[in-house]
Amino acid sequence: MLFTIFSQSLFAQSAETGGSDYLLYILLAVVVIALFAIIIQVSDNMLIIEAQRQGADGSGANFGIFPRMSEIFKNPVPEYVQDGSFTALKKGFDILLEGEAESKVLDKTVSTFAVQPPNFIGMQPIPKVVVGEGDQVKAGDPLFFDKNRPEILYGAPVSGEIIEIRRGERRAIEAVVILADKEVQYRQFAAFDLENSSRDELVAYLLDGCVWPFIRQRPYDVIADPKDVPSNIFISTFDTAPLAPDLNIVVEGKGAAFQKGLDVLARLTPGKVHIGLNANAATAPSEVFTGAQGVEKHWFKGQHPAGNVGVQIHHIAPVKPKDRVWVLGVQDVLTIGTLFLEQRFDAGRVVAVVGAEVNAPAYIRTWQGAKLEDLVKDNLSNTHVRYISGDVLSGKQKHLDSFLNFYDDQLTVVKEGDDYELFGWLAPQEPRPSISKTYLNFLFPDSRFKASTNTRGEKRAFVVTGDYERLLPMDIYPQHLIKAVINGDYESMEGLGIKELVEEDIALCEFACLSKQELQKTLREGLELMRAEE
Amino acid sequence: MKNALLNFFRRIEPDKSKRLLHTAYDAFFTFAFTPNHTTKDGVHVRDGMDLKRLMVNVVIAMQFCYLLGTYNIGHQHFVALGEHLGLLEGFHLKLFYGLVKLLPMWIVAHLVGLGIEFYFAAKRGHGVEEGFLVTGALIPLIMPPDLPLWILAISVAIAVIIGKEAFGGTGMNVVNIALFTRVIVFFAYPTEISGDDVWVAGLTKASAGGVVDYGWFTVHVLNPLFSSLGWETFNTAAAVVDGYSGATPLALAAKGGWEAVTQVYSPSQMFWGIIPGSVGETGKPLILIGALLLVATGVASWRIMVSMVFGMAITAILFNAWGFTAYMQVPWYYHLWMGSFLFAMAFMATDPVTAASTNRGKWFYGFFIGMVGMVIRVLNPAYPEGWMLAILFMNVFAPLIDYFVLQSNISKRLKHAQ
Repeated sequence: MLFTIFSQSLFAQSAETGGSDYLLYILLAVVVIALFAIIIQVSDNMLIIEAQRQGADGSGANFGIFPRMSEIFKNPVPEYVQDGSFTALKKGFDILLEGEAESKVLDKTVSTFAVQPPNFIGMQPIPKVVVGEGDQVKAGDPLFFDKNRPEILYGAPVSGEIIEIRRGERRAIEAVVILADKEVQYRQFAAFDLENSSRDELVAYLLDGCVWPFIRQRPYDVIADPKDVPSNIFISTFDTAPLAPDLNIVVEGKGAAFQKGLDVLARLTPGKVHIGLNANAATAPSEVFTGAQGVEKHWFKGQHPAGNVGVQIHHIAPVKPKDRVWVLGVQDVLTIGTLFLEQRFDAGRVVAVVGAEVNAPAYIRTWQGAKLEDLVKDNLSNTHVRYISGDVLSGKQKHLDSFLNFYDDQLTVVKEGDDYELFGWLAPQEPRPSISKTYLNFLFPDSRFKASTNTRGEKRAFVVTGDYERLLPMDIYPQHLIKAVINGDYESMEGLGIKELVEEDIALCEFACLSKQELQKTLREGLELMRAEE
Repeated sequence: MKNALLNFFRRIEPDKSKRLLHTAYDAFFTFAFTPNHTTKDGVHVRDGMDLKRLMVNVVIAMQFCYLLGTYNIGHQHFVALGEHLGLLEGFHLKLFYGLVKLLPMWIVAHLVGLGIEFYFAAKRGHGVEEGFLVTGALIPLIMPPDLPLWILAISVAIAVIIGKEAFGGTGMNVVNIALFTRVIVFFAYPTEISGDDVWVAGLTKASAGGVVDYGWFTVHVLNPLFSSLGWETFNTAAAVVDGYSGATPLALAAKGGWEAVTQVYSPSQMFWGIIPGSVGETGKPLILIGALLLVATGVASWRIMVSMVFGMAITAILFNAWGFTAYMQVPWYYHLWMGSFLFAMAFMATDPVTAASTNRGKWFYGFFIGMVGMVIRVLNPAYPEGWMLAILFMNVFAPLIDYFVLQSNISKRLKHAQ
């Protein structure tokens, strides 16, 4: 087709110069080449037919000389993907930062823990606290509950003495702080017969066991309503956020607890429990994940945010407007499983303390809500840093005397970038992560960057288009959605799919936003607007 | 050195109450230093790209057009006089003459535009936003070289105030500001920007009977400078040679089709850009390099460029098939080399603020620009070029295109809900 288009100009030029011989020679050359191509193609096909007739082993590649188009362009499916669906996500971006944790789990003495009511979206500012300062509690004893939803109990992660009920502005409760015992004492629960009990009894047991807060719903990412029946339950077994912990290391040896947790969840929904598995690595994920029974497995390959459960839900079974689905983290499932297997509330967590400012980034075995000061003790060389509970994209800034947030299993420490840079936008002196090809980072795809909290520019109106769309592997137009939220346009928000998103999905778009807009904050405002209308 | 500069800036910082002065100070300060703001309430690490860097990348991509355009102003001037006919003959004369014509336009466009932006930024209480860097770089490239500076100043002022600031500033304009400036000159002072006489600089008339029209600077500063260095000087008594016409290839094609064009210019001349025209539109390979640079760095949308070429090609092929007038019979692939198609494609149509914002919408947007521009070029009897009007037309329709794309997304989502 291209040849016929260009033949026009060729013909015109040859007519001008009187060189009609050239055209003839070129045509002759094309015919000869085409003849050769046909001969080679036919013999290649005969090769394939003969090989198939002989019954040769066809795994690895096709029989012919030339690769098939689908092999060149399609993503190769890794060998360990045996069962379940496979989805290759083309959009996204991995931010490679320095300070990845070494693959071993250390024990570190953390003596103070807390549960923080502000971690829970929709929690009233002053929940009803059922313990007082100086009380002794066991792990699994309820600490407080929301007066609007009194059946959901929030339990102590460790045993010990309540040393402080920390209050913030207008007497809102910031944290219930526990000084942990040397050896954790667990509250003893009655055994629960999973097969022979009704769903209502199961829900009551979960509420009493203080594990209900682990169950979050989509849309809105609030704690699930015990009266709801979700259509499906989703768990993502890998985290693609920058410096996120490798969950294969976290679940080592915990196969029984994980499976028990999955069995419990399967009883809670008339639909299925779906787990998202990592197809990015060269080796298969942990046996704990690949050997899970009674669940639907879905393999995902792609850059961040492929590991976000919201993105996986979009590709498995998108949430319909009136639907509710439930999501949980891997370590949360372990806690639920341990409750049923060992009748105790085990809020143990493997936390990754990471970041370029940490001297020895590592995994630390501790409990939920650990105090940051204890986690990073003797491990920092620079104190002008920012402590982030969670990852650099959607985590929350914390102070040293604060605690790791309820759903986070990562503490990132990055440099505070509060100094000026001479012509930083034109000729930067130190490398920085960017999705833009105006930086030559893309020529060195494995290079890691030292993160810094500088905004790298000032806030502007939306100018560029198409950037967010190439980072969000969902059929959503993020820029128009955010504009609809800014305008308070309720119908457009809902129509453009705000209910399918939470902050962590749009965090990568906010990272890349050239106009330095606050997308996560705006999205949450939109979600709260929609939640209030329901 | 950085600390010395930082201290200097801190010492000269004007009081915050003097709004306009402080805004101007802030603009230059943020030009020299990226601010020390850290992230709050959201992501903790931000991408290294910001609007300044984006705009400067576009300006850098345009510099090749500036280089050739400046030189070409001088070259066309001397070709009309029958002197220094070789491309590199009289190099210093042509270069300086081009600069004498171009630099004042660049300075006036930036002073007026940035001055207005500074004023509005001070009034609204935010920093100066970088939208005008690209607009200011584009405006001299799309004007005829002899445009009186007062006309330029008025047009820039009206375009920036009505086209941009009235809507809210950078990122809020509906139409492309550089094209809006040109269209104001086009409709308010049409003799300055259309016809055969305006595309060659420094002549009273670009046909037989015209004489040179050198300004004060050329005669009283450059000529003494060159003669003191022993170089050739400007001939203040030169006249246009017989048989010369300052018509651009498009004007010729409008009158007599492709034969009329090839009598005066060869296709190779049109490709390399040694023809009269707006300052920046003639050097096609340089525009292509700029366009490739913008696409490779992801600054401009390749979808708009490709669809615009498609739209133009298909419309031109249809016109070739119809062949009613001589202009329609110009072979469709030569339309790429004539006029400002490539410039409009690379720098004007791809302006992200005024183009369609959805990727699917960009295909339609570029295609219709190509189609409408071609129709205006070939069928319009009064004006041989069409891209300025076509792009402004589609700028107004871009939100409608986006609306349909978004509606299809919304209805797809609703259908899933059933």
